[in-house]
Amino acid sequence: MSFEPRIVGFLCNWCSYTGADLAGTARIKYAPNIRSIRVMCSGRVDPVFVIKAFSEGADGVLIAGCHPGDCHYQEGNYKALRRYLLLKRILPEYGIEPERLKLEWIAASEGERFAHVVNGFTEQVRRLGPMNCKGALIESMKDDVLIHEEHAAQGTGERR
Amino acid sequence: MMDAGGKSEGLIRLEIDGRTVSVPSESTILDAAKILGIEIPTLCYSPLIEPYAACRICSVEVEFPGGKKRIVTACNYPVWEGIKVYSDNGKVRRIRRMIVEMLLARCSSVAVLQDLAAKYGIEEVRLEKQDEKCILCGLCVRVCAEIVGKAAISFAGRGLHRRVATPYDRQTEDCIACGACALVCPTGVIRVEDMEGRAVAHEELQLGPAKAVTVPFLQAVPNVPYIRADRCIHFQTGGCGHCAEVCDREAIDYEMKDEEIEVDVGNIIIATGFELFDPSVMRQYGYGRYKNVLTSLEFEHLNSASGPTGGRIMLANGDAPSVVGIVHCIGSRDKRYYEHCSKVCCMYALKYAHLIKEKTAAEVYNFYIDMRCSGKGYEEFYDRLLAEDVRFVRGKVGEISSVPIGEGEEGKLIVRVEDTLVGMVRRIPVDMVILCPAMKAQPDAKELSRVFSCSVGRDGFFIEKHPKLAPVSTTSDGVFIAGACQGPKDIPETVAQGAAAAAEVLSLIDRKEIEIEATTAVIDEERCSGCRICNTLCSFGAISFDEQKEVSVINAALCKGCGTCVAACPQGVIKARHFTDRQINSEIEGILR
Repeated sequence: MSFEPRIVGFLCNWCSYTGADLAGTARIKYAPNIRSIRVMCSGRVDPVFVIKAFSEGADGVLIAGCHPGDCHYQEGNYKALRRYLLLKRILPEYGIEPERLKLEWIAASEGERFAHVVNGFTEQVRRLGPMNCKGALIESMKDDVLIHEEHAAQGTGERR
Repeated sequence: MMDAGGKSEGLIRLEIDGRTVSVPSESTILDAAKILGIEIPTLCYSPLIEPYAACRICSVEVEFPGGKKRIVTACNYPVWEGIKVYSDNGKVRRIRRMIVEMLLARCSSVAVLQDLAAKYGIEEVRLEKQDEKCILCGLCVRVCAEIVGKAAISFAGRGLHRRVATPYDRQTEDCIACGACALVCPTGVIRVEDMEGRAVAHEELQLGPAKAVTVPFLQAVPNVPYIRADRCIHFQTGGCGHCAEVCDREAIDYEMKDEEIEVDVGNIIIATGFELFDPSVMRQYGYGRYKNVLTSLEFEHLNSASGPTGGRIMLANGDAPSVVGIVHCIGSRDKRYYEHCSKVCCMYALKYAHLIKEKTAAEVYNFYIDMRCSGKGYEEFYDRLLAEDVRFVRGKVGEISSVPIGEGEEGKLIVRVEDTLVGMVRRIPVDMVILCPAMKAQPDAKELSRVFSCSVGRDGFFIEKHPKLAPVSTTSDGVFIAGACQGPKDIPETVAQGAAAAAEVLSLIDRKEIEIEATTAVIDEERCSGCRICNTLCSFGAISFDEQKEVSVINAALCKGCGTCVAACPQGVIKARHFTDRQINSEIEGILR
């Protein structure tokens, strides 16, 4: 059986998620490998979410937001871009190819583009193969995520 | 000047054709005659310009108080106390007759002189006939110098060689193409020609306002005139200013400028409409090259009872058309231009066909791809038109040309079309072609969507929040859309959408308070370290720093809930309601299980 990558997609509510919705209502077929998580803005995507997704076994992570200048929250997508560039440098530390992370701008009207991006990225991750990051590195990644979560939960009854 | 005779101060009494009149001292005999309603013919006179007495046609006989008589020109002869004027006695008529005869000899084909000749009973011109058009009245020269303030034309030559000319008989840069000379010319010899082809779409049909002072359109609200600076002589040369002189309300202010006004509002309805596709880019249809190829909007104007022809459907030369072709889908349903269907064209094309049939004896062809007559009563109307003997040719028109090949094509526009129902290419000669161009989105819709942070689709039309459940809302609260800015639609649909948007706004106003999204961020003040990283991240200024407590605080009314600050907090003490880390982490764990 060929390798089917598992991809986590963080989609912003206003553009990319709506674009994905449009792809659905327009009956456009795209790779079923992506599992979408809706966030209000791509700026909500905490780099820890990406690390967490990889540590939980994702083979690729897609962050999608509004086109520059089109952000519903004015500039949340620019904040996402900053964090994305940072993540690109951090991921190799865990033994993860930076090509497993992708940031794309997809507008609400771009259902076709959403399908195109998902298909392209799925192919890209498929070529990279399953995650090489194993054993100790995965453990350290999980530890880092846990430390962050515990730190955030400190002093409160729940995690934020 | 005092007058003992009990008459009004500064007024002069005179008698014209036995009737007495009092006029201000600066008046001319012509002015006085006008007050009495006595008609004195003029050619070189205009109330706007200093009189010149070039044509002499206004000659009248004046009898002075002493009994002395004299022939003078009424247009520039000042009134005197007690004079008696004879505007139409035998002597005056004889003199005018001679003047007209001489003018007519020079300009034998000028209509205004022929009319005068008929009036004065001239049957045969005894002098040698010439075919000049200009009577050298000098109105054009004077209007250009006095009113326009340009002097782009003047008299040249002397005696027999006198004529009106531009400097050195060349095309002059002094001419601002205002058309004032053509307007005043009594013989119509001066014409303003359009050098670029198409400022004038139709000789009878000037689309858009032709004058500098105009109302935008007849149904405009408020229906007040305005000055188009690009056409106004005053704005180009500083001259003229006649509108300000004649307006006794003193409503004209040349100093007025466009200004930006800031208005605070709680709701906004975007109703910016559509733009009509310019068919001149589709060269094969000859729009812009052939005078009788019109767009639907131009035809609408031509056909309008308040339009330039009073609703008479006519060709550029004034004749009634005998065959009219209506070409559907110009730029719409066309992968090279706009893929969408403009929706309204089929129905207005049918309306045009019906009106042309009603008003003229013309044969009407509709060239269509598909007839799309969905809607109440629409299909029935189509059926009626079929019965009215309107021709329907199913096929996309390939070309409209004026090059005749076959019989009956001379002087016609030939529509070359593939008739897909017959299965052959046909050449159909017509007199007039009406193009139905695509309704396209306003070119600045994208820019506007950014201002209101809502979105436009690939076709440039605004996207509603939900196609079924929120058809006039946008992704921005308080911003609504109505009409053709959302997509091509006809008037009933537009009205319905406008009413819906207004109702949405009213319901928000009526509520007096606004519901805000519950997805806001909150800071746990106990644990905030006061690092202020989040302060600068917020695009909405919702996060401020409490100097006393030394913590950052979020104003829930301003927070839009994007969560950018939540992702940035190094302490992890900002919580995004409904999108908490815990929820998202659980989602990640769930989908990767």
